[in-house]
Amino acid sequence: MSTVKLTVNGKAVAVDVEDRTLLVQLLRDHLNLTGTHVGCDTSQCGACVVHMDGKAVKSCTMLVGQADGASITTIEGIAKGDELHPMQAAFRDNHGLQCGYCTPGMIMSAIDIVHRYGGQLDEATVRHELEGNICRCTGYHNIVKAVLDAAGRMKVSQAAE
Amino acid sequence: MYQTVYHRASSVDEAVSLFSKSSEAKFLAGGQTLLPVMKQRLASPSDVIDLGKIKELQGVELSGDVLTIKAGTTYFDIMQNADVKKAIPAIAYLTSVLGDPAVRYRGTIGGSIANNDPAADYPAALLALGATVKTNKRSIAADDFFQGLFTTALEDGEIITAVSFPVPAKAGYEKMRHPASRFALTGVFVAQTKSGEIRVAATGASESGVMRVPAIETAVKANWSPSAIDSVSIPASNLLADIHGTAEYRANLIKVMAQRAVAAAG
Repeated sequence: MSTVKLTVNGKAVAVDVEDRTLLVQLLRDHLNLTGTHVGCDTSQCGACVVHMDGKAVKSCTMLVGQADGASITTIEGIAKGDELHPMQAAFRDNHGLQCGYCTPGMIMSAIDIVHRYGGQLDEATVRHELEGNICRCTGYHNIVKAVLDAAGRMKVSQAAE
Repeated sequence: MYQTVYHRASSVDEAVSLFSKSSEAKFLAGGQTLLPVMKQRLASPSDVIDLGKIKELQGVELSGDVLTIKAGTTYFDIMQNADVKKAIPAIAYLTSVLGDPAVRYRGTIGGSIANNDPAADYPAALLALGATVKTNKRSIAADDFFQGLFTTALEDGEIITAVSFPVPAKAGYEKMRHPASRFALTGVFVAQTKSGEIRVAATGASESGVMRVPAIETAVKANWSPSAIDSVSIPASNLLADIHGTAEYRANLIKVMAQRAVAAAG
């Protein structure tokens, strides 16, 4: 057992867990943040993607010790109160989800993509960059539309800040 | 996964010391291979020693005709690095088609070559470029480092600290990606050194891991062009055969990927 200290969605957290605990288990089982999903558990599907120090990583492929001291943002931490994050709003408006299982990971990866590319995104880039996120409803068409839509909105909202 | 004890090392010396005190320890770099393998219960180290926060293992240096990538540098940092793009753009390209964005934020070059997966990308780059693997104990030529499936020249407790690449005159890499895993179904790295030597390495193809392809080296030395490879015959013996492709398919892929790599190298 070890005590792991990290920041999750802006709040300081200290938890005693077994060393073999994965970051996704800490989030879901210890902190009850069940928006982050476990899909394949083999690092391929991306349902578990969260941000660690601003980078989109697969939380099923990280020991809690590796995240000690880091700042984690999950799908629960991106809206401002009742106001959805622009990426969430774009997914809703473009019908970017069917069953919704992959959606939290898609959104966390997509925000990272927009941060890296800014306004330089096109459809081919979005499709290439989403390779680590699998949607088994095969709803990629509207997911890609949502990401492109959100890239515009995020540019506007950043400019407004 | 089975129980294990996690340690975070702050220096290479501390990591070596932690290793020597453990019964069956494993070094953890980015964890993008080791953790999935532990979850499958195919590995059960008593201790994992995290190298991810060791500053001396981070960074890229370009000095004259040698590009040195420290072992703990992540794929993301390698593909973004201005010196890598300038000196050996083929390495930046190889890195950009490896794994997926989340994997590239975490995985490291040292972790990849220490694992020596027979379908990993970096071993082909190291072998074709005649790179040198630096460890905490010695320097090992890439020709001697890769010793078969998941097998390297590394001894117990030995840590890769960096990889040094001689900057080539030309280099290119192309692979047929497995659509789910993004590993190379077959990938070929071609290089022409500044002294005119041609080195060609294929990954994902051989039953004994990354390998040189002398027939293509000879053909390309006579004429650096994709068409020079048209008449080369690659035997299917000792090539991998699985549900994804037969040995004959991979033999053909070696030719086709080599042609594309030569074209990409220009």
